[in-house]
Amino acid sequence: MSFLRRRKGTGSSKSPNFVGSKIEDGDGKKKLFESPGKKWSCWDSCCWFIGFICSMWWLLLLLYNTMPASIPQYVTEAITGPLTDSPGVKLRKEGLTVNHPVVFVPGIVTGGLELWEGHQCADGLFRKRLWGGTFGELYKRPLCWAQHMSLDNESGLDPPGIRVRPVSGLVAADYFAAGYFVWAVLIANLAQIGYEEKTMYMAAYDWRLSFQNTEVRDQTLSRMKSNIELLVATNGGKKVVVIPHSMGVLYFLHFMKWVEAPAPMGGGGGSDWCAKHIKAVMNIGGPFLGVPKSVSGLFSVEARDIAVARAFAPGFLDKDVFGLQTFQHLMRMTRTWDSTMSMIPKGGDTIWGGLDWSPEGQSFNCGAKRLRNNSINNIVQNANLNLADNVKSVNYGRIISFGKDVAEAHSSKIKRVDFQQGAVNSVKLPNLTTSCDIWIEYHEIGNHRIKAVADYKVYTAGSILDLLHFVAPKLMARGGAHFSHGIADNLDDPKYQHYKYWSNPLETKLPNAPDMEIYSMYGVGIPTERAYVYKLNSGTDCSIPFQIDTSAEGGSEDSCLKGGVFSADGDETVPVLSAGFMCAKGWRGKTRFNPSGIRTYIREYSHAPPANLLEGRGTQSGAHVDIMGNFALIEDVIRVAAGATGKELGGDHVYSDIFKWAARINLQL
Amino acid sequence: MSLLRRRKPITESSDSKPLLEKEEEEHHQEDDDDDDEEGNGKNKKTPSKIKKKRGEKPPSKWSCLDTCCWFIGCICITWWLLLFLYNAMPASFPQYVTEAITGPLPDPPGVKLKKEGLEAKHPVVFVPGIVTGGLELWEGRECAEGLFRKRLWGGTFGDVYKRPLCWVEHMSLDNETGLDPCGIRVRPVSGLVAADYFAPGYFVWAVLIANLARIGYEEKTMYMAAYDWRLSFQNTEVRDQTLSRIKSNIELLVATNGGRKVVVIPHSMGVLYFLHFMKWVEAPAPMGGGGGPDWCSKHIKAVVNIGGPFLGVPKAIAGLFSAEAKDIAVARALAPGFLDNDIFQFQTLQHVMRMSRTWDSTMSMIPRGGDTIWGGLDWSPEDGYPCSKKRENDTQITDQAGADNAVCKARSANYGRIISFGKDVAEAPSSDIERIDFRGAIKGLSAANTTCRDVWTEYHDMGLAGIKAVAEYKTYTAESVVDLLHFVAPKMMARGTAHFSYGIADNLDDPKYKHYKYWSNPLETTLPNAPDMEIFSLYGVGLQTERAYVYKLSPHAECSIPFKIDTSADDEATCLRDGVYSVDGDETVPVLSAGFMCAKGWRGKTRFNPSGVRTYVREYDHSPPANLLEGRGTLSGAHVDIMGNFALIEDVIRIAAGASGKELGGDQVHSNIFNWSEKINLRLDNEAMQ
Repeated sequence: MSFLRRRKGTGSSKSPNFVGSKIEDGDGKKKLFESPGKKWSCWDSCCWFIGFICSMWWLLLLLYNTMPASIPQYVTEAITGPLTDSPGVKLRKEGLTVNHPVVFVPGIVTGGLELWEGHQCADGLFRKRLWGGTFGELYKRPLCWAQHMSLDNESGLDPPGIRVRPVSGLVAADYFAAGYFVWAVLIANLAQIGYEEKTMYMAAYDWRLSFQNTEVRDQTLSRMKSNIELLVATNGGKKVVVIPHSMGVLYFLHFMKWVEAPAPMGGGGGSDWCAKHIKAVMNIGGPFLGVPKSVSGLFSVEARDIAVARAFAPGFLDKDVFGLQTFQHLMRMTRTWDSTMSMIPKGGDTIWGGLDWSPEGQSFNCGAKRLRNNSINNIVQNANLNLADNVKSVNYGRIISFGKDVAEAHSSKIKRVDFQQGAVNSVKLPNLTTSCDIWIEYHEIGNHRIKAVADYKVYTAGSILDLLHFVAPKLMARGGAHFSHGIADNLDDPKYQHYKYWSNPLETKLPNAPDMEIYSMYGVGIPTERAYVYKLNSGTDCSIPFQIDTSAEGGSEDSCLKGGVFSADGDETVPVLSAGFMCAKGWRGKTRFNPSGIRTYIREYSHAPPANLLEGRGTQSGAHVDIMGNFALIEDVIRVAAGATGKELGGDHVYSDIFKWAARINLQL
Repeated sequence: MSLLRRRKPITESSDSKPLLEKEEEEHHQEDDDDDDEEGNGKNKKTPSKIKKKRGEKPPSKWSCLDTCCWFIGCICITWWLLLFLYNAMPASFPQYVTEAITGPLPDPPGVKLKKEGLEAKHPVVFVPGIVTGGLELWEGRECAEGLFRKRLWGGTFGDVYKRPLCWVEHMSLDNETGLDPCGIRVRPVSGLVAADYFAPGYFVWAVLIANLARIGYEEKTMYMAAYDWRLSFQNTEVRDQTLSRIKSNIELLVATNGGRKVVVIPHSMGVLYFLHFMKWVEAPAPMGGGGGPDWCSKHIKAVVNIGGPFLGVPKAIAGLFSAEAKDIAVARALAPGFLDNDIFQFQTLQHVMRMSRTWDSTMSMIPRGGDTIWGGLDWSPEDGYPCSKKRENDTQITDQAGADNAVCKARSANYGRIISFGKDVAEAPSSDIERIDFRGAIKGLSAANTTCRDVWTEYHDMGLAGIKAVAEYKTYTAESVVDLLHFVAPKMMARGTAHFSYGIADNLDDPKYKHYKYWSNPLETTLPNAPDMEIFSLYGVGLQTERAYVYKLSPHAECSIPFKIDTSADDEATCLRDGVYSVDGDETVPVLSAGFMCAKGWRGKTRFNPSGVRTYVREYDHSPPANLLEGRGTLSGAHVDIMGNFALIEDVIRIAAGASGKELGGDQVHSNIFNWSEKINLRLDNEAMQ
């Protein structure tokens, strides 16, 4: 091919030769030669075009690589004005240095998982990341991927023949995907004041498992204990600062109870282990009391965070392009992950509100955030709107409602049919089993029960548990063995020694460590899923029978109802109530949940979107994951790691109405 | 530009026409008419002709560039196509092809042993060697911006090319302390990724890990004891608390695996590092780990040393003396053209030398035991080693080989003379050599060439007189080599002797041996009191291994290293090639160093092994990969490639799954190690002392 073309090139410049050869070839041959020549031309220009682009690309790449490293910064500064120093550099100038070792506890989804043993379809993926990184395998062999990412449906542990294990070390969760940082910015800033791997530890765990199972299968809790002890020992007895994020917060609550508990079930560290080893727990975006999102995730796989994969491949996963029933596969997969059940809202109606009230209901208005960004002129106008909004408050307590009218009607007007007694356990319809090779528990429910679920009309945090037990009995049976979602009446009841209560702050006491400090740091100012409007899905055979009613919209622009989702203040994933309540009220002072009077602090960070594209995910973000790059938060963390106490940090730092809302919750303390 | 070109295909098809004769053009137009697409070709022709007139030159000028672009495009497309095919190809395809060519592949040992029913039992600990572990940047100077937590060592070595001086600066340690220079923190990578692959595709531990995983191992039962291999062993504890971490992690492994002891697998320098660890962990707290005298027997089932330079390697001398060893200056192998020539006036070799001389760990591999082990002027344990043996084995003419061997014996190399100046000196009987002692020589003031001061090597402090004195001593044995290094590089050796020792202990109970500098020398320490423990020495044989060198004074350029291996010295009969005498070994470690301790020094109850820890020697005969498809081969005996040797992996897995040395078949020897060990006159029993 290239030879052919070469000749052509010379032919046009040295015509005599060309002509000569032409004549010798004769007319007949000429036809043969010319016609391919013309056909080639399209090909040729394509080749040329691609070649051109490639060489330009390489040239640019070369230039980029030879460019001094300071140019991008220079350009950014030229556009946006001088950048502020990163918190690490700033605090280093203040003279802060390494003091307390730090432990990171990553949350759900953000930790990498790699394959150690798999079926034949996963050949060649040994020790390659299945979760995190590029997610290349998700595209290449989606079914194989889903199979390997699933856990056993009965035990919640590995299926036979498959071993997927968490990545260990700082690389486990520094970047979730290439370029999408999670812990990396915090690590880099800590390194600026002298931290390195001997003073930092990433407590990576398999976030798909229930917390106690991470110990059963991988001895993760033991490893964490041993590593914290090592950190303290090798750093001259300085206690560690623990920084859990998202679900890691619950995991670490579990750890603190586990480490104190006696040996067979717990870590046998004794009751003063935490006091001896932990200086502070700095929870970032912690869903202490669960997140409503997880309900929709379990109910119909529609939460954004749990099914992050959807965000990566929206077109692919949302539609059944290949007839693969991707959604059901996804649901089947996530339903085998016990950990998702740790985030079902805890505390029932007492915390989350009943049919006609909710802590946030009367005062939060969804337009408020936008107002702060607007110019002063609009304030008056908006204030009027706010008044209007306040009159028509949202029933956040009704976490799931069937139909928008139900969500807004007064409780006395709703006719509800109890789904538990009312519904007969109908026999499975035979056609369901034939057409759906994919197992999801909905197919075992049958049509009657599905209808019964819809007839109950409205579910509060308390009844949601019943609902999930009803629609997914197997899942909840596994979950019930590992997690509990209630409120303890008497914390000294010996039943609370069981590990299933350890991750629920409402059913455990904090450790006896009066010198320890607990921070709750989270973003505010972003609408966060709080309640849903559902509808019955027009039942095709193999689909999930419930769906968020995306057509349900609130009346005004400022309404909290958008796309079938009522939102409240929060960090896009965790509502303020869940992240802040324990530190604002539940543990404040000496309460029955905090007998030793551990000091608690609330640090809120108001969300401001990045000013321009150059800033990437922003340095002032309040979003659930992006907050890990928030300079103010990083500065707080570094100060505490370098030895500051909560008081020196400035105590509470609040933008939302968390204290007001917390006051409205009637919890015995 | 792309617009211009887009048009060209049309212009060109018509361009060439006017150049042709008219008849042809008419023919051509008929052709055009035949094509429906080109129906309006005539309309197009006019504007294109006008264009051609306007810029007659551009088309011919472009054509070369165009062809290039076209060519690149072609290659890109084919490449993508192949890449796509490769990705879409079922994973079993390459195996299928390989099998079609070479016949059915043997199962990898992991699969084979899984079929036998072996399962994960004892947790395993890997201790990587020098060079193979990755290092990453945690804090650096301005020139290293953007490299935070990127690998400086290992991986692609991209920055060696991009900013060599900056790289050298960051890889160097402080010349006085042997620790971090100020403002620079380079730290070892942790976890299994630290040393599974050295560079992309160049496995170190990966194959072993993969095979262990087959029988059920995973990260909770495997631990990579990565350490900063540039530091002296005790300094890894001082700076990073690495020894404490290893201790804590081994304890954790034992605790979380139901009390099963660990199997430790050190490789290369890791062998010495682990010897150091075993002494450290027993020693009381301020200097040691405070584990008590029975820590090892409680926590370690077996130490499976792979290619261990127990008694040092002669290569280390060449490396320190003139930066010419292959292994230590691996960077040279990666970039030979670049580093060997002073293309950019960077004096690269000196920079490399300066850098590697700040690494205290290199001094852990200077030959230990002096003339007793390595031989004197006129004898060496390996005397009579027929260096052409391997080749003749292959041709299977045994008779002739025997005859040749006899000839060889008559004229064998004087391996004891580790450094000789000139080939004649290397071969002459010792009585004929006139030696002038260098030790007293005055180091002349450095000739006023301060110009090359920016590249610091200690040779410049030595001056001409000192250099000449070194050459006039003519020949150096293992013992005097240490003196030589003290003479040519006093600063470095001062640091080195604070951390390492190269002698043989007369009385092991002497309290001075409690100092950490003796801990990595098997000839100056006793093994721990752990009678149930087993020590294996696994190494490759059948490769030419550097053992002694012929040096020359290098023609004195201003800033170059004054000594150089005399690559012109060759002698078939005495294994002299390019100035290097070689002997049996694994290409880096001679058999003597790897095998002696397990073959004799520790065999049975000796004063070095008071509790009678059982030792086993397992040799693996090298055979090169049969074809390119095998990569680095599954039967290799080379120092690093042996990590992919199936027989070795099988042995390791069996041990990890619970087998003892006896069940493995005891010793397995191809070389003359027992013979040679016999020749070494080392006192082994305590009683003889009194």
